[in-house]
Amino acid sequence: MTDTARTSLPTEKAIVAEETALRRFMLRFAEDKVAVFGLVLILVIILLALLAPWITPQNPYDLSKVDIMDSRLAPGDKSGDGYRMWLGSDGVGRDLYSGILYGLRISLMVGAISGLIAASVGMAVGLTAAYMGGRVENFIMRVVDLQLSLPTVLVALILVAMLGKGVDKIIFALVVVQWAYYARTVRGSALVERRKEYVEAAQSLGLSHSRIVFKHILPNVLAPIIVIATVQTAHAIALEATLSFLGVGLPQTEPSLGVLIANGFQYMLSGKYWISTFPGIALLVTIVAINLVGDRMRDVLNPRLEK
Amino acid sequence: MTHPILSVKDLKTHFFTRAGVVKSVDGISFDINRGSVMGLVGESGSGKSVTGFSIMGLIDPPGRIFEGSIKLNGRELVGLDEPEMRSIRGKEIAMIFQDPMMTLNPVLRIDTQMMEAVTAHEAVSKDEARRRSRDALGMVGIPSPDERLSAYPHQFSGGMRQRVAIAIALLHRPSLIICDEPTTALDVTIQSQILAEMQKLCKETGTALVWITHDLTVVAGLADRLAVMYAGRIVESGELDDILDHPAHPYTNGLLGSVPSRGKRGEPLKQIPGSAPSLARLPEGCAFRPRCESQTTACSEAPDVKSFGANRTVRCCNANLGAA
Repeated sequence: MTDTARTSLPTEKAIVAEETALRRFMLRFAEDKVAVFGLVLILVIILLALLAPWITPQNPYDLSKVDIMDSRLAPGDKSGDGYRMWLGSDGVGRDLYSGILYGLRISLMVGAISGLIAASVGMAVGLTAAYMGGRVENFIMRVVDLQLSLPTVLVALILVAMLGKGVDKIIFALVVVQWAYYARTVRGSALVERRKEYVEAAQSLGLSHSRIVFKHILPNVLAPIIVIATVQTAHAIALEATLSFLGVGLPQTEPSLGVLIANGFQYMLSGKYWISTFPGIALLVTIVAINLVGDRMRDVLNPRLEK
Repeated sequence: MTHPILSVKDLKTHFFTRAGVVKSVDGISFDINRGSVMGLVGESGSGKSVTGFSIMGLIDPPGRIFEGSIKLNGRELVGLDEPEMRSIRGKEIAMIFQDPMMTLNPVLRIDTQMMEAVTAHEAVSKDEARRRSRDALGMVGIPSPDERLSAYPHQFSGGMRQRVAIAIALLHRPSLIICDEPTTALDVTIQSQILAEMQKLCKETGTALVWITHDLTVVAGLADRLAVMYAGRIVESGELDDILDHPAHPYTNGLLGSVPSRGKRGEPLKQIPGSAPSLARLPEGCAFRPRCESQTTACSEAPDVKSFGANRTVRCCNANLGAA
């Protein structure tokens, strides 16, 4: 009986300790109202994107629901099916409000998944380089330099042009152009951690290399990774839009924000501004919101800026 | 005749840098018996820590053990491959480091780090690993070890953290613990507590210690044998009391003279002139020659090791042998 009471005590304490660390982070984050606004905006955007099938009047991917007779309707006009197109429609009769929400789904998904994969790859590569040192590190970091010296859009453009259209190909291309950023950042932080005595202590315990790298060093370099990941996700979303705008990204039948913007481009000069403008605003707001949050996280997580 | 637990013979650990070969450890030999404490004393850069890391097999390139043998319980450690060495590290030889603020991973809880140390060498259940960690914490005098287990390192004071580090070192009851200046970063009262604790634990468990330090007063109360290192070599070794009473090497003499004591009130402390030489560019002959008070022409030749008295050695041409 006393035994169970004893063991239950420390777990409670631990939870309290973790909560205070998280609380401190959140309180510091909340000091900047603009960043909180950005965070709320992101959450709203994610929510809208997730709920898209239930809160939009039209499924823009279902070609039987898209009526060419509804094309290029101005914002506020009624569609043939009787619902109002508050943001108008594009050249093939897609409701822009529905298109934007569905497009956000794709944009966010592509950004998040490519970010996740790129972060994992970059982390593994960067940690290996920092821990192994010597020739392995030199080789890896020269590859990273090479990757970073090539223009991002160009590499992604060539890759997608070679591989063809599709969400999976876009994600692959985004991972290829992004992993190096993570690798460089992780290596930089891991080099600092590697010199710390706890790594020597872990080695002197007889722990294996992989255990030291992933269990001891990795948690210590997570903060910069989180910051980079937010900013890079915004980059990925912008890059996907760029590729789609250039016509090599996602197919016309599954419009992302970039495709929607590209579709309206030709009507810009004939006064039908809404087809490009509204998806453009959606893209802009998403990226700015993510960057606001990323900036604030960098300030909070950077020990050098700590008050 | 008891078999020594650790027997180091003619160990040479060199660092092959672009600027030249740095002979951090250049031919040292010593034996340590079960349950005994050997003090390894020397200035910064004399090669004491490199000796410790050599025994652990943790010399990173460009350094490597160039020659010599390290035998633990009769088993040769030089030349073992990494997995074999890893199975010895932490289990048969443990190490305690200088700065207790740095040796525990700041983001992992104490129980995570201790249980990991247990399971690294033995396939035991989580509960068993936790129980052993708790017992080890209790053994080094940490109050309410159960609650302390789930704390983070930053919630501990420096002395407490060093106790945790000692507890981790003791987890597998190793036959040897290498202590690399473990009390240097602690204040004097905590230092003496830790020293007393370590002495007691060694007597209880039969663990031998290599105590690396630059502070003669620390080893004076702790060690059985003493080895004084200078520029990668052991310049004098022997029983602690023998050396303290009758230092044979001028360097040891200088070290002893620079320790403040109550005996010589009002006199300025003696100090050894100059500073430790760069290991890449050692002077010809005896490495201590440029700083030595009693140098003669004989010193331009490197002195050999002379054995004398009760199990003592010295590496000096003009050694004060008569005193022993």
